[in-house]
Amino acid sequence: MENTKITLLHHPSDPVLEADLLQVHLALMEATLLAPDDFEGVIRRCGAEDLTACGTGKDEVLSSVEEYVRLIARSKAQLPLGLAYHYENLNIRIVGEVALLDGVIDLSFALAEERVHMNTRLSAAYQRKGQSWKAIHVHLSFPSSEQAEGESWPIDVLKARNQELEEKVARRTEELRTSLEKLKNTQTQLIQAEKLASLGELTAGIAHEIQNPLNFVNNFSEVNAELLIELKEEIIGGNTAEALILAEDIHQNMGKIVHHGRRADSIVKNMLQHARQPSGEKEFVNLNALVDEYLRLSYHGLRAKDKSFNATMETDFDEAVGKVEMLPQEMGRVLLNLFNNAFYSVVEKKRVLGTAFKPILYVATKKTESGIEIKVKDNGMGIPEEVLAKIYQPFFTTKPTGEGTGLGLSMSYDIVTKGHGGSMKAHTKEGEYAEFDILLPA
Amino acid sequence: MNILVVDDEQDMQLLFEQRFRKEIREKQMRFAFANSGEEALAYMRAHHHEAVLILSDINMPGMSGLELLQHIKEKYETPPPVVMMVTAYGDEENYNNAMRLGANDFLTKPLDFSLLRDKLKTQLHD
Repeated sequence: MENTKITLLHHPSDPVLEADLLQVHLALMEATLLAPDDFEGVIRRCGAEDLTACGTGKDEVLSSVEEYVRLIARSKAQLPLGLAYHYENLNIRIVGEVALLDGVIDLSFALAEERVHMNTRLSAAYQRKGQSWKAIHVHLSFPSSEQAEGESWPIDVLKARNQELEEKVARRTEELRTSLEKLKNTQTQLIQAEKLASLGELTAGIAHEIQNPLNFVNNFSEVNAELLIELKEEIIGGNTAEALILAEDIHQNMGKIVHHGRRADSIVKNMLQHARQPSGEKEFVNLNALVDEYLRLSYHGLRAKDKSFNATMETDFDEAVGKVEMLPQEMGRVLLNLFNNAFYSVVEKKRVLGTAFKPILYVATKKTESGIEIKVKDNGMGIPEEVLAKIYQPFFTTKPTGEGTGLGLSMSYDIVTKGHGGSMKAHTKEGEYAEFDILLPA
Repeated sequence: MNILVVDDEQDMQLLFEQRFRKEIREKQMRFAFANSGEEALAYMRAHHHEAVLILSDINMPGMSGLELLQHIKEKYETPPPVVMMVTAYGDEENYNNAMRLGANDFLTKPLDFSLLRDKLKTQLHD
């Protein structure tokens, strides 16, 4: 009531009457609007037996205190959350034994983190009966803009407002759902872009990797063609011993042709596998071979881009690792990403320290009781502490704009943890080393 | 003539032995093989000045062919062995680096063996 402007239009001779009236009115309104636990007693104390009341709806006409109590009892179950009110203003006019009150109440409730305010118009008439004031008429209504169809009693209007807001929330939810859908699409595209980017990095490595076996296939084929001519000559000359030696060499060379042909074949197959959408089917894969293959691809890919680049690769493969169940192309991406990062880091360090610095990439696999470990450690720049906390965040990158998508490690982390139920941990000392340990459960 | 072939591809040994079978049989050429720059240096330390011609790949894990070249030309002065570089990346930068470090020749992969044979024979007769 502190901020309420109360105007007495005819000042009564007795201020006690006025205070008494105010007390009765405030109690009745509190019971009407908030329906506290003792509302029934309050209404019966403040209202006359033949109290009339109405809202603006055609059915909202009450003609006894009984009906008034029943209505509030019905409303009580449906009151909105956080209901509160205060008087905007209140005019009091006392004429003899009758008092007329009118004013505006700001009624508000909570809805979906907002507060909804409703201006409520009030008029009420009281009659002095014996030693106390009794309400003989109450009228509460809302301006037409806040009215629901054919109803004006506060609860119904609140319900209408509630519904309107629910619709608004539903609309917003739908909008959010649509934009979430769009985001998911964008994410899928970004993942594909990241794959293609890493494929691009691979291309040079792949070309180099295919060129070597192809050279062997061509060379050993040419050598065999020459040897076959010699073989024919030795047979014609009747030199069986020489012919047998030549036949043995030809046979050995054929073995090399087949071997290098298959090598090229598997490189192409793996390249295609890398670009393909993952099948989602796990396979048993020779982990050491996979690690070695991606290490070579990464190395030659970088060599092709940067001629001055070189690094010593130390590998320590545990033969006991054998075949491991995994998503091979997904795990290949993880490895490629870790190798590329490691090489990038040693290149950066070499740029700073010059030729005195010997870049080393150490890659190891190990079978332990808890599973299979893959360790990738470089002696490059290391990771500063403030960066370490963010390395798995999507789109976080320390590379210059356009060089990194910031998706490599976040995708790698997801592949290892969500895709394989494994873990991925980074250990680092700034300026000295960075080490990534992957653990795949047994 | 002793020729040291340095290449991380192990089958290079068999290929050279097949490609130069006549020269080897007739003892015109003798080949030794190393799979890395480090191995090549170890061989040269163990066989003082036996290799008069070194044929080295450039792109190898660990010590690169160019580092090996630099090493050889600095360490083995009197007279430094002939070094021919071989690479799959026959770009200008690679070529210039090799020449700057004192390479005697620069060949690109895939190797043209008849051309290589001629070059080796020229060295042989010089």
